[in-house]
Amino acid sequence: MIQHPAVIALLSSATIISLMVFYAAYYGYKIITGWDLQSGSEQQLMLERRTYLISTVIGYAMAFQLISLFLLIYTADTLHPLFTGAMCAAGSLGANSFGYPLLLLKVANAVFAGIWLLINRLDSKGYDYPLIRSKYRLLIILTLLLVVETWLQYRYFLNLKADLITSCCGSLFSSSSRGIAGELAALPAKPMMVLFSGASLALLASYSYSIVKARGWYLFAAASLFFFITASAALISFIALYFYELPSHHCPFCILQGEYNHIGYLLYACLLGGVVAGGGVGAAEKFRKCGSLQEIIPGFQRRAATVGMLFNGTFIVVVLARIFTTSFRL
Amino acid sequence: MIDLFEVSRIFNAGKPNQFTALDRVSLTINRGELTILKGPSGSGKTTLLSLIGCMGRPTSGRIRLNGIKTSFMPAAEASQELDISSLPERFLTEIRRNNFGFIFQQFNLVRGISVLENVMLPAYPGGEKFDTFRSRALTLLDNFGISQKSATRVELLSGGEMQRVAIARALINQPEVIIADEPTAHLDSKLSIEFMKLITGFRQAGKTVIIASHDPIVYGEPLADRVIEMRDGQMVTGQS
Amino acid sequence: MQSINRHYNILDFAIASLLRRKGKNLALLTIYTLIVALIASLIFFVQALKREAAALLQDAPDIVVQRLMAGRQDLIGLENIDRIAAIRGVSEVTPRRWGYYYDPVFGANYTVMADAKLAPQAGMATVGLGVAKNQRIGPGDIFTLTAADNSLILLNLEKALPFESELLAADMILLNPADFGKLFAFPANAATDLAVTVANPREMVTIANKIVETVPGSRPIMKSEIIRTYDAIFDWRGGMMLLVLAAALLSFVIFAWDKATGLSAEERRETGILKSIGWETGDILLLKFWEGTAISLTAFLTGVIMAYIHVFFFSAPLFAAALKGWAVLYPAFHLKPFIDPYQLSTLFFLTVLPYTAATILPSWLAASADADSAMRS
Repeated sequence: MIQHPAVIALLSSATIISLMVFYAAYYGYKIITGWDLQSGSEQQLMLERRTYLISTVIGYAMAFQLISLFLLIYTADTLHPLFTGAMCAAGSLGANSFGYPLLLLKVANAVFAGIWLLINRLDSKGYDYPLIRSKYRLLIILTLLLVVETWLQYRYFLNLKADLITSCCGSLFSSSSRGIAGELAALPAKPMMVLFSGASLALLASYSYSIVKARGWYLFAAASLFFFITASAALISFIALYFYELPSHHCPFCILQGEYNHIGYLLYACLLGGVVAGGGVGAAEKFRKCGSLQEIIPGFQRRAATVGMLFNGTFIVVVLARIFTTSFRL
Repeated sequence: MIDLFEVSRIFNAGKPNQFTALDRVSLTINRGELTILKGPSGSGKTTLLSLIGCMGRPTSGRIRLNGIKTSFMPAAEASQELDISSLPERFLTEIRRNNFGFIFQQFNLVRGISVLENVMLPAYPGGEKFDTFRSRALTLLDNFGISQKSATRVELLSGGEMQRVAIARALINQPEVIIADEPTAHLDSKLSIEFMKLITGFRQAGKTVIIASHDPIVYGEPLADRVIEMRDGQMVTGQS
Repeated sequence: MQSINRHYNILDFAIASLLRRKGKNLALLTIYTLIVALIASLIFFVQALKREAAALLQDAPDIVVQRLMAGRQDLIGLENIDRIAAIRGVSEVTPRRWGYYYDPVFGANYTVMADAKLAPQAGMATVGLGVAKNQRIGPGDIFTLTAADNSLILLNLEKALPFESELLAADMILLNPADFGKLFAFPANAATDLAVTVANPREMVTIANKIVETVPGSRPIMKSEIIRTYDAIFDWRGGMMLLVLAAALLSFVIFAWDKATGLSAEERRETGILKSIGWETGDILLLKFWEGTAISLTAFLTGVIMAYIHVFFFSAPLFAAALKGWAVLYPAFHLKPFIDPYQLSTLFFLTVLPYTAATILPSWLAASADADSAMRS
């Protein structure tokens, strides 16, 4: 294990977050089994009060989760000199088999927690709390995922030994290597550009359609997810090249660093925000017919979709601005 | 405007110290009426007020409101009839904030902050612009003749002034209904009579007023539309 | 707009309430600030040391070749220079002569190095500031070292080292090769190690492997390995210190929990009033959130500024002995100020997160008072 202060910070915070969420999920379970809004009993009132505690806990957990995602990448980046051949976070994460699963799960959990908070917000607007059982069932799944994430994080850091020969971003993201990251890099730039443009246009089209016709929200959610995946792949395939102004540097982490004005934070925040909003729109569609929410969901979907479009739009604008202003050409 | 049907409130249900504060009370309060609940302490007056004022939920029975403002229901539906017996706290509070003004026995002013801030407090979570409710608060203070004290901290006020601040605070969100719980318990007779004058003024202005009291100055009020006597959680009489 | 106004109004009230209860909050704020300052100092200091070391090692040779004799380092013969220089990709091979000298009078250990550039003539010497201070000598002064044959060598101090960082150079004495040979009775056809410069850093590993093949019994050490070792040592020390500080952190968290749980009757009464006049649990939680944020932000910023002053203006007197000390001479040095978002977010996770976690439950307990409690008092 490497006793870097940031590693200790990450491990202890993951433990605290897991405990907090676990505590919330325990009462979530109690709510699933004991909820009866018709009753004015003290037990029911107590459960209703608990919902505030749970929302607060998950809200904080989500915020910390998001910051810790970037802290993890940054830590991996700082640790890279400890591994022969590692040149940035990409190498450190590949130093053992837990690094990349951990990163992917962390991203997935951030998105999931974001969508959960949106559902929670929606539910608390309906005066009969129609989603209460569904959302706490989802919370239990989220809790399990977070616990797995904490476990992976321990496995990753405890198994991290300095001096292991690891592949650096140069070889890990070169087209010849295998593995997920390698496959993404292997996607050639030109077709990827077409695909990325297609995903952008599809997103815009489905957004316009849904706003005008007030339906097709599942389609919008799907378009958001597709955009998220395509944009992430495009980032590695060709967008990164424009930011680095290097023809073969595909690393998705270096872009977070100061040399590139930390532009990566903006790009990733936009991608995450976009997919969370899109997912929220899709989740809301599922509950469209639920009691008091009928009145609220259409407005919620319009707003969430617009916010999602703003996030994704910012991503597209920043990327296009870079492509057209840099002197670098593929 | 307010309809109670067989409303009960039981504390510590199922435990040895179970206590029935309200026992199947049915009651209708009409818009613009002055209703007075009288009875000894422990008779259920305060519990009844708190249920009417959306501070809690009945253990059993139904409470319905008519013609109130909410943000979470379409206006047409809410103005008809709204069953609040099983609304969660979040929504009860919203109804209470927008439709009910409360005056308490102890005045319940927050010490350490100014008169003006105390009057504005109920408006903070409503999401109105600060300046909007600030000017409303200043007008209220002016109406009650205490505008010169607006920057004074409340603990430096006299009993009568505190009473007027408490009333101004009850009015800040422009409620339809005013609820007062033993409002004259800490006032001398002169101030109590002054208070009742203000209250009857509200009634004449078309507001619905509900007061719980065992003070003869209050329940002897000739302008009262109704005096209800309570005992052991039940209504004894309900003269109109 | 409504929800922004709600936040603004409640934030306004939160700050007013904090100021109203200065006494209670001041104790918490002071301890919170000190904890942040302590941990921030640690993080800044470790990071600054790593940067100092890295800056220094920038000039270090790409590969240092040592010879091993029975598993211990031995002198390396100069005949190996040509053999290594013949390897494709090696651009330069320089022999280095250096060793340690213990001064019984001052009880200090010096690193002595032969350097023809900084001491071009016999009798001339250049020393690190630590040595100069230790020996109480300045440029122009004469000092002596005892040679291997017990004779004394008179040395004329040219200047104290103009090194960018003093951390590693403080205990350095640079001598003319002739004096160096006399001091240690060093054989003329050998060196302590060989410094190898490599044209393309990507070929480093390949070249290192070839060196082992060409010069049997040799051990090439790459610059990256040295940097890594220093990094690991500093990180390890920082981590150990942090674990020691964890006790302080834990007691702070317990203190915060205690403060948040032990509400005075007045505060309880106030929450009851707020709830009775139309604030709901969520509003009170928002109030607590803004109070907590204001406290955390104040403590965090003040603590970071204090740590900055402690580390970069006063050279971290609290940690210096524990974290630097591998040398007998403690160099008096100033670290280059450097803070980045990464250090700050680490600090955030070590301080703000535990504080927040400790106050969520008490805040909620306070916020879930019955709305009609104010009517029953």
